[in-house]
Amino acid sequence: MINQDSKILLEVKNLKAEVDGVEILKGVDLTVRAGEVHAIMGINGSGKSTFSKVLAGHPDYAVTGGSAIFEGKDLFALAPEERARAGVFLAFQYPVEIPGVSNSALLRLAYNTLQTERGLEELDPLEFDDLIQEKIKVVEMDPSFLGRSVNEGFSGGEKKRNEILQMAVLEPRLAILDETDSGLDIDALRIVAKGVNTLLTPDNAVVMVTHYQRLLNYIVPDYVHVMDGGRIVRTGGKDLALELEARGYDWLRVAA
Amino acid sequence: MTMTSKPETKEQCFEQLLLGKTVKSEVWLEQIRLEALAHAKALNFPSSRNDDWRFTDLSALFTHGFQAVDSYARLTLQDIEKFIIPGAIRLVFVDGSYAAELSDLTHAGTGVTVAPLTDRFEDGKVEENFGRHAPYKLDAFVALNTNFFEDGAWVHVARETAAPIHLLNVATKRDNPFAIYPRCMVVMEAASRATLIEDYAGLDDGVYFSNTVTEVVLQDRAQLQHVRVQREDKNAFHVGHSSVVAGKDSKYASFSIALGARISRHTLHVKQQGEGAEIHLDGLALIGGRQIADTHTLVDHAVPRGKSVQLHKCIADGSSHAIFSGKIMVHVGATGTDSAQSSRNLLLSGKAHIDTQPQLEIFNDDVSCKHGATIGQIDMDALFFLKSRGLSEERARNLLTHAFAAEIIDKIPVPSLVESLGRTILERMNGDRAGGVSK
Repeated sequence: MINQDSKILLEVKNLKAEVDGVEILKGVDLTVRAGEVHAIMGINGSGKSTFSKVLAGHPDYAVTGGSAIFEGKDLFALAPEERARAGVFLAFQYPVEIPGVSNSALLRLAYNTLQTERGLEELDPLEFDDLIQEKIKVVEMDPSFLGRSVNEGFSGGEKKRNEILQMAVLEPRLAILDETDSGLDIDALRIVAKGVNTLLTPDNAVVMVTHYQRLLNYIVPDYVHVMDGGRIVRTGGKDLALELEARGYDWLRVAA
Repeated sequence: MTMTSKPETKEQCFEQLLLGKTVKSEVWLEQIRLEALAHAKALNFPSSRNDDWRFTDLSALFTHGFQAVDSYARLTLQDIEKFIIPGAIRLVFVDGSYAAELSDLTHAGTGVTVAPLTDRFEDGKVEENFGRHAPYKLDAFVALNTNFFEDGAWVHVARETAAPIHLLNVATKRDNPFAIYPRCMVVMEAASRATLIEDYAGLDDGVYFSNTVTEVVLQDRAQLQHVRVQREDKNAFHVGHSSVVAGKDSKYASFSIALGARISRHTLHVKQQGEGAEIHLDGLALIGGRQIADTHTLVDHAVPRGKSVQLHKCIADGSSHAIFSGKIMVHVGATGTDSAQSSRNLLLSGKAHIDTQPQLEIFNDDVSCKHGATIGQIDMDALFFLKSRGLSEERARNLLTHAFAAEIIDKIPVPSLVESLGRTILERMNGDRAGGVSK
């Protein structure tokens, strides 16, 4: 929902970043206000996934220029865990499997870390169980997944639902969804989208990175940005996504 | 007779050990002891040229003069509270001597005898089995134990027992470094079943040398789940030897955990003596600081249709050194052997060091044997993922390390022990980062 009076959550200016000495981001600008849903689209290699990882603080990427201010804080001065505690959340394109760490233990550990950060009481396992039983409804997850090792043996769809479950538990101010729709069948896509929609409030914001328009049928963006060659080359409303769906990316690449 | 000055050479250290006191015996045992002493003198400490010891730097051991224990600390149940396993048949030894007041035999049902060895020297079963399996003629440490052990555990199981048997060996702190010789003899009669926990724990940060020997006999169709926990004090030394003989269609499962001691070594020999015996070996060494932990295993498939499955894990932090050598021997005639061995290792620091040597020796056709080894570091993707969920670097690393260890720990068939070991591991990892190995 666009409200020009709402507060700016994230302001990225002229962001440049490289991996292994190769410049991937060549000056990205983006402003995200509370209550907004942004979609970042583009072909493979356009830099959209790099952008999401740089915001979350992935160690493989080096920021070489520009700035990102999140709620008044210099994002790049914060370690990944500090960004998470400040309210930035990245839903991974390829969620990692962690054998030996149970899903519920991880969720409780993460939740309690944030509670401490926010000056609130930690929850004991019983209290947390009450909370988590509510949260798993958001992603229609079977409770048996809570006792299993994080993502181990999960299907692609279950892994993505698990990411959204983490988002539901951590209640971030800014959620970045990196190709959350990839590898999902239509039912899983609907569940994931419904989960994200349930979590949207006027105080938080979502940035979706996606290759396809499909997801945007379920999570309707306020802004659609097209990335190409490490820059945002076009910004529009949700209609831009439909146009991309119909015409492909080539016409914009030529324009760029 | 005591020697107060520190030894300067490994010969002096050995001489000091030979000054240990003579202990209670029977005629039959006295002969074995004398023989063992003669072998100990002839063998001496292993040299670094000894292939079985070439990775293991024992020099820190040789800097101490270990004295015999001549008086005993009186401990209360409170002192050993954190090691107690509820519902277990418990035999407690303090500095190598039996502590009746700390032991609890109320859970021992019919068909199970758990008693201090010194009470059973006249038992024909003891005489029949004792010293027949541990190689006191070949191994100086086994020989030292056989000569100097003061007491030990006698476990005889004739049927199925639900209550786990907990052999708790605790070491205290004394003014001078001291040597103790825990001993254990287990006989599982035909078709019997039991769970046994051999537990070596330090209480007060003492400097001591714990030299242990365990012999296990499984008669036909017997089943034993054998847990071994080495959580000695951080300045202690631990050298242990276990010899296991598995009869026809028996099942032996070992869970061996090494967490403590400045230097530790565990040698486990399992001999498949009867057809169709099944052997499962799970091992974990988790060390940091300047610790050295060495595990040597040998599975001898001597007859047909044997099965062995082994998973050994080492986790090394700080400037520690973990060693694993695991040999599977398939002898002539041992047809239909099915064996799988895996060594998986985690290096947590650039200064830590892991040597792993999985070995297969097959003198026979018609067998299925596989083995493999991996050494890795903390998975960076998993680390970043956990940090992106708000966990600190340290928390995330500990969680991943714990998870790597949990694959072994969680298999231990004693829930309260799984829980207490999990806690110990987390405490140790935190202690390690704070500058030392905490208890």
